[in-house]
Amino acid sequence: MYRYDEFDSKLVNERVEQFRRQTERRIKGELQEEQFRPLRLMNGLYLQLHAYMLRINVPYGVLSARQMRQLAHVARTYDKGYGHFTTRQNIQYNWIQLKDVPDALADLAEVEMHGIQSSGNCIRNTTSDQYAGVARDEIEDPRVYCEIIRQWSTLHPEFSFLPRKFKIAVTGSPNDRAAVKVHDIGLRMYRNDAGEAGFEVIVGGGQGRTPFIGKTIREWLPPEHLLSYLEAILRVYNFDGRRDNKYKARIKILVHQVGADEFRRRVDEEWEHIKDSALKLPQAEIDRINAYFAPHDYETLQDQGDLLAEQGKANTEFAAWLKANVANHKVPGYAIVNISLKSLRQPPGDMTAAQMDATADLADAYSYGELRVNHRQNLVLPDVRQSDLFELWQKLASIDLATPNIGHVSDIIACPGLDYCALANARSIPIAQEINARFQSMDRVHEIGELTINISGCMNACGHHHVGHIGILGVDKKGQEFYQFTLGGSSDQNASLGDRTGPGFPADQAVDAVETILNTYVKIRNEGERFLDTYRRVGMAPFKEALYGPA
Amino acid sequence: MALLKNGKPATDVFLDVSTAETIPPDGAIIVSLDQWQNSAAQLRARKEPLGIVLRSHEKPAAIAEDVQKFAVIALDFPAFGDGRAYSSARLLRERYKYQGELRAVGDVLLEQLHFMHRVGFDAFELASEDAARDWQIAASDISVWYQPTSDGRPHALRLRHQAAGDN
Amino acid sequence: MQMIIANTLVDGFVVFLTDDNGWTNDIGKGALATNDTEAATLLAQAKAAEAANVVLDPYLIPVVIENGNRKPTEYREYIRATGPTVAIPA
Repeated sequence: MYRYDEFDSKLVNERVEQFRRQTERRIKGELQEEQFRPLRLMNGLYLQLHAYMLRINVPYGVLSARQMRQLAHVARTYDKGYGHFTTRQNIQYNWIQLKDVPDALADLAEVEMHGIQSSGNCIRNTTSDQYAGVARDEIEDPRVYCEIIRQWSTLHPEFSFLPRKFKIAVTGSPNDRAAVKVHDIGLRMYRNDAGEAGFEVIVGGGQGRTPFIGKTIREWLPPEHLLSYLEAILRVYNFDGRRDNKYKARIKILVHQVGADEFRRRVDEEWEHIKDSALKLPQAEIDRINAYFAPHDYETLQDQGDLLAEQGKANTEFAAWLKANVANHKVPGYAIVNISLKSLRQPPGDMTAAQMDATADLADAYSYGELRVNHRQNLVLPDVRQSDLFELWQKLASIDLATPNIGHVSDIIACPGLDYCALANARSIPIAQEINARFQSMDRVHEIGELTINISGCMNACGHHHVGHIGILGVDKKGQEFYQFTLGGSSDQNASLGDRTGPGFPADQAVDAVETILNTYVKIRNEGERFLDTYRRVGMAPFKEALYGPA
Repeated sequence: MALLKNGKPATDVFLDVSTAETIPPDGAIIVSLDQWQNSAAQLRARKEPLGIVLRSHEKPAAIAEDVQKFAVIALDFPAFGDGRAYSSARLLRERYKYQGELRAVGDVLLEQLHFMHRVGFDAFELASEDAARDWQIAASDISVWYQPTSDGRPHALRLRHQAAGDN
Repeated sequence: MQMIIANTLVDGFVVFLTDDNGWTNDIGKGALATNDTEAATLLAQAKAAEAANVVLDPYLIPVVIENGNRKPTEYREYIRATGPTVAIPA
């Protein structure tokens, strides 16, 4: 993974000292809140319902064991002993105190981590495929370009006061695990007919109050032009994005209003001036960054499918975990392990400091000291020998991190919601936990099969409800929590926004509604058909009837 | 309003007439884009230095051919969060090759000075009790930059390759 | 009845204005305004504390007494007063 050189370290250390100085001035009263607020936001510090919240970037989801241990240290020392992993591959601390933030940031800087631009109207963490570099279906490793984008976008003097936040995602696989079509800029890597790797550039995707699937404005972009083209897009957005209305200020609104063709024209016009500027990426620089992501010195192993089948037969729980949580690795004899943070015992995405430390040890022992964070609030150990899987599973199970539910009904995305978040209208975590509790039978979970349920506690859609196979949006109806359902959303390469079922359900009927939807699906599906495919085949009618009665 | 330039308080010799009914016949003045477009011939004929102020919605392309006529170009920040002038500044310096004083006016926060300086501003309308200290804070807080701009300072990529002995 | 709720600047935690112009984490110890005049007085005190950089974003919230305890009538403020409704991971 990328390692800071003297320049990266210097920037982050200077930033830590700068924020320490700003915090001291704030506490002394030399800075008022209106002046301090944008400064603390650009270091990832929010004020939420109960306390400050600090969001720390995990660049494109890649985390070392050493960094994980420091995350645990921060949780223990400055917070209440836990952290929450988010839908943008970041981590949040919910109880951090302002007076401790400079020290927490200094501790994180020691392991090359920070909260720079994790909030504010600037370019946020560039996110990616959690299987980058190891997936069997990968065309190009997106991490190289994520790192290049990360540096280019950090403290960019021209783009630090955009109309609104800006999010970029990159995928290097045709199976898009990075949700690029619902980002402000999505980059899909592929190879052209000449075998060269390059980008499809997709702009104007997003969720929130007005969700959109992004539009392709450039079919093919060679890597050397990546930064200049991004700069052209950002400059057009900086000038032309709306600044009169916070809810109409994202680039998706601009692209929708002027149309993709006109937007493309504006970008290309600007790009003409700068495509051969200092932003042109020399191959030497791409190679230099690429070297950080060189494959590990894998052993030469045989595929261990037979061994695993035998072990599975002898232990059905292990078999269930293998089936749901373990993915194919590009190197024979290795596997990708998903760590489920969706056990019943804790809110989705939460991890105690003890679990973090234990997972760091497991990463060191079994996965070259590296982990990943995915945007479904789970973790990954990317490089595990198949012959180690049984032992690893036992250790994960002992710390409640082996629930065999990845990609299934209880692998729910839930935003912090009204339990934590100042923006929320309703709670999401209790609904997620109730659904999880209702579907404890692993037989039932696997009978239902592949399913994503995404829950947001307000229209800002941090729970990505628009792109859940089942999406749940919590609303406040005259002081009561109500839950509206959408069906048929998807965040992959065939991205779609969910359709509303109809009126919402009060909190005590919401989980029954989930059961009704799933019972309907199981009744009408073709053999082997996923929920999403059944919905796309039959449409809303049978579900609407089951939920609300005949029309 | 105080003017901060090159680490020191500076005297503003220009009179801002951009919202005035009539343009005074002589003196160093700062006009609006509208005034420039409506009275270009007279304004060009003035002997004293001339300045112009662009509002945040006014793009610098409108004066691209004429930048050398101005001793001062002021870019307005109606609210500190309105970041359009950062792009305008870069275009004025890098594309239209403006070399005069580029002044940030309006809602200018001390803590933004290092960004502004980086994109080409060299003068700031800012109430400051200790100009030298504020300039020091603003200019030297962060000394490493990833992005190339025209302010003359090498960015990290160039420094890395220099260190490695390429070039 | 109304109370003043806010967050403390230095630690961010939820606090209530007290009768002696102080701040407490315990809703039971906060000042209760029983009419609009009292409420306005509390708000003025709170705003002064905000200007003095002691607290952030103070405002009045309606409360009722339920089983001897003070309870904010709005659910959001109730959650602020009592904490998340889900257990903190241990």
